[in-house]
Amino acid sequence: MPRTIRREEVRRLIDQGVQLVEVLPANEYREDHLPGAINLPLRQLETEARSGLDVSRPVIVYCWDTA
Amino acid sequence: MGFGDVSDYVDGKVDWMAAGLPTEGTNAQQPRAGTVARSDSPTCRLDETLGPVRERVRAAGWNTCVVVNAERVVFGLLRENELGGDPNQRIEQAMRPGPSTFRPFVLVEELAHYMTEHDLPNSPITTSDGRLVGLITLEDAARVAHDVHAPPAKS
Repeated sequence: MPRTIRREEVRRLIDQGVQLVEVLPANEYREDHLPGAINLPLRQLETEARSGLDVSRPVIVYCWDTA
Repeated sequence: MGFGDVSDYVDGKVDWMAAGLPTEGTNAQQPRAGTVARSDSPTCRLDETLGPVRERVRAAGWNTCVVVNAERVVFGLLRENELGGDPNQRIEQAMRPGPSTFRPFVLVEELAHYMTEHDLPNSPITTSDGRLVGLITLEDAARVAHDVHAPPAKS
């Protein structure tokens, strides 16, 4: 179960080279995403996570908001 | 899926953008409401009276005043209609409560379109916890939105 983190910790982990994943649809990702984030839409997350990410490195996932 | 260290940034992209942090993407270079809003727009408190506030607003060359508390949380708005009221009236009674507000990351082009459709001459721009960033006028929003599509000047 992923742990919950807030903005300041996200910023700190980005500086440390964390893998950032936006799970929104591709068109939303194209408009705006966090710096360095890759796009793995939720429907494709299970099938593409292992090929798109390094399992040995920390990962942060995010969506639009808490809804 | 075999990943050991996975965290969920639950507040998401909207939280990041509401904090004014940079993003990447096709919208990243588009002008946003927060950069166009005028931070020098006049403000007043709930417990003031209309007469002195009206004088202050007009002396500053504005026709709108945002009602805020000590932390700049927005409570209401005074436009021309409200500013023309009884000078002895408390702001809390005179103001237009709960005005439409927008976040700093909203694209100016979208905001200009909305403000035109809803006949809003101006609108407060606020953070996600309701603090005033500034007032954006339809005039400023429309001008900036127009400039986005203007052809580049020939050198």
